[in-house]
Amino acid sequence: MSVEAIQSRRDWLLSERPASRAQARLGRAYVAWRRFSANRLAFVGLLIIIALLVVAAFAGVLAPYSPSFGDLKNARLLAPSAEHWFGTDDLGRDILSRILYGSRWTLYVVILVAVIAAPIGLLVGTVAGYAGGWTDAILMRITDIFLAFPKLVLALAFVAALGPGIENAVLAIAITSWPPYARIARAETLTVRNSDYIKAVQLMGASPFRIVLRHIMPLCISSLIVRVTLDMAGIILTAAGLGFLGLGAQPPLPEWGTMIASGRRFVLDQWWVAGAPGFAILIVSLGFNLLGDGLRDALDPRSGDQ
Amino acid sequence: MSSAIALDRLEVIFDRFRALNGVSLDVQPGESFGLVGESGSGKSTLLRAIAGLAPVASGNITVNGKTLGTRRDKAFYREVQMVFQDPYGSLHPRQTVDRLLQEPLAIHGFADGEKRIERALDEVGLGNGFRFRYAHQLSGGQRQRVAIARALILEPSILLLDEPTSALDASVQAEVLNLLEEVRRRRKLTFLMVSHDLAIITHMCERLMVMQGGEAVENLAAGDLVERRVTKDYTRNLLRASDGFVRV
Repeated sequence: MSVEAIQSRRDWLLSERPASRAQARLGRAYVAWRRFSANRLAFVGLLIIIALLVVAAFAGVLAPYSPSFGDLKNARLLAPSAEHWFGTDDLGRDILSRILYGSRWTLYVVILVAVIAAPIGLLVGTVAGYAGGWTDAILMRITDIFLAFPKLVLALAFVAALGPGIENAVLAIAITSWPPYARIARAETLTVRNSDYIKAVQLMGASPFRIVLRHIMPLCISSLIVRVTLDMAGIILTAAGLGFLGLGAQPPLPEWGTMIASGRRFVLDQWWVAGAPGFAILIVSLGFNLLGDGLRDALDPRSGDQ
Repeated sequence: MSSAIALDRLEVIFDRFRALNGVSLDVQPGESFGLVGESGSGKSTLLRAIAGLAPVASGNITVNGKTLGTRRDKAFYREVQMVFQDPYGSLHPRQTVDRLLQEPLAIHGFADGEKRIERALDEVGLGNGFRFRYAHQLSGGQRQRVAIARALILEPSILLLDEPTSALDASVQAEVLNLLEEVRRRRKLTFLMVSHDLAIITHMCERLMVMQGGEAVENLAAGDLVERRVTKDYTRNLLRASDGFVRV
């Protein structure tokens, strides 16, 4: 593409007079993207997350060995080498392959938790904030009760009640992680509910349901996205923690937390068995944190000319 | 003919603060009625009470012959619309002008939305070039024009104006006031307008009410104010305070 073509495309995106709905929306997205990509660290975070997605999608192609069957006779607890880059575990399985496959479970947990917890928090928070009065008091006291428990302990209790397994771990983490989102959404709602533009929509005859859904929620979403992204590291760690305690994913599932748990026994002599999945958790958590920081700068409605 | 807006001993109480204390008012259809008074005199509260945005403790509000309850129905919002004081706060920061104008049409189930939006923008002197802009891409005067377009798009018969120009600079003020006058003439609207600027009120309105501390002080015709035929001391002080007020 020639320089002029790029230039004219940029002018089109940044136009002060967009000619269509699509152009206005794209222009806005472009401004946010420019602000985001100006931040080098955030970009690194994005690359890590993209790498995670690619690895999860192509684990079957990338992994050199099977994740669940090892050579018990010849390949137990081998140190990292050219053949087994991250070594092998006590059942002779290639750790690199297990980590590559494990990325699927990590993504599964993170995405499911985000998809369950964020909408619940958003709904509870905006409804409480907009309705006020008794509704607010009841919803927020429920939120307070959930917040009063340490996250991991409450998740443990839920898993104990529901039974161990990765699905139940996801549910338990989701149930324990929505309260902060409700808090954020409520705080945002309180700052906008008395503004003139909300009054103006009320004066149009809009129902409270419509106001919350179409006018208040869009204003809360960007801070929520930021918070969820920053929390993803915590979600991975909680999932790994549950796996480590034997209440999350069950062996032989190659989930990173479970892998650390099974490597615990040899952590002094064969450090790579627990070290490699630990390192994977570290990198992915870091990626989400960097991405979240970048998103905060790009999406924060209080910064810049939004 | 019944009056467009009739208030009967209206009382508004916020928590324990009495913002309006037994105010009665009568606005004829097609009339432009002004409310003046110092800050905190209850003039904006009166507008908000009519619009259903302030808690009415007692008294009646009658609009076009219908006495209103605590809940307003959709038909009410098609009769009465409001333009807010601050053009920077009255437009949703994440919506384009197009989306903003579509909302009332969607709520009231109008089918010919496209045409109405174009017409509304034309009417307030903003071409189609403004249609897909966000509020932050507009100047104060343009924002207020959008707010007026939004109020007019449901074709109300009564427009409540809460200091519609006080946040704008003088030249833009004149433009917006002329626009309002023109719209009123063309659509035969009833205006109920709040302002602390006596010059604007005498320019725009035929009759007016002076308010102080949540009570009506006196009712005047615009001409009375110009010729200073006022009976109450408070109004006299108000006139003196708006020094340099001379009709051209």
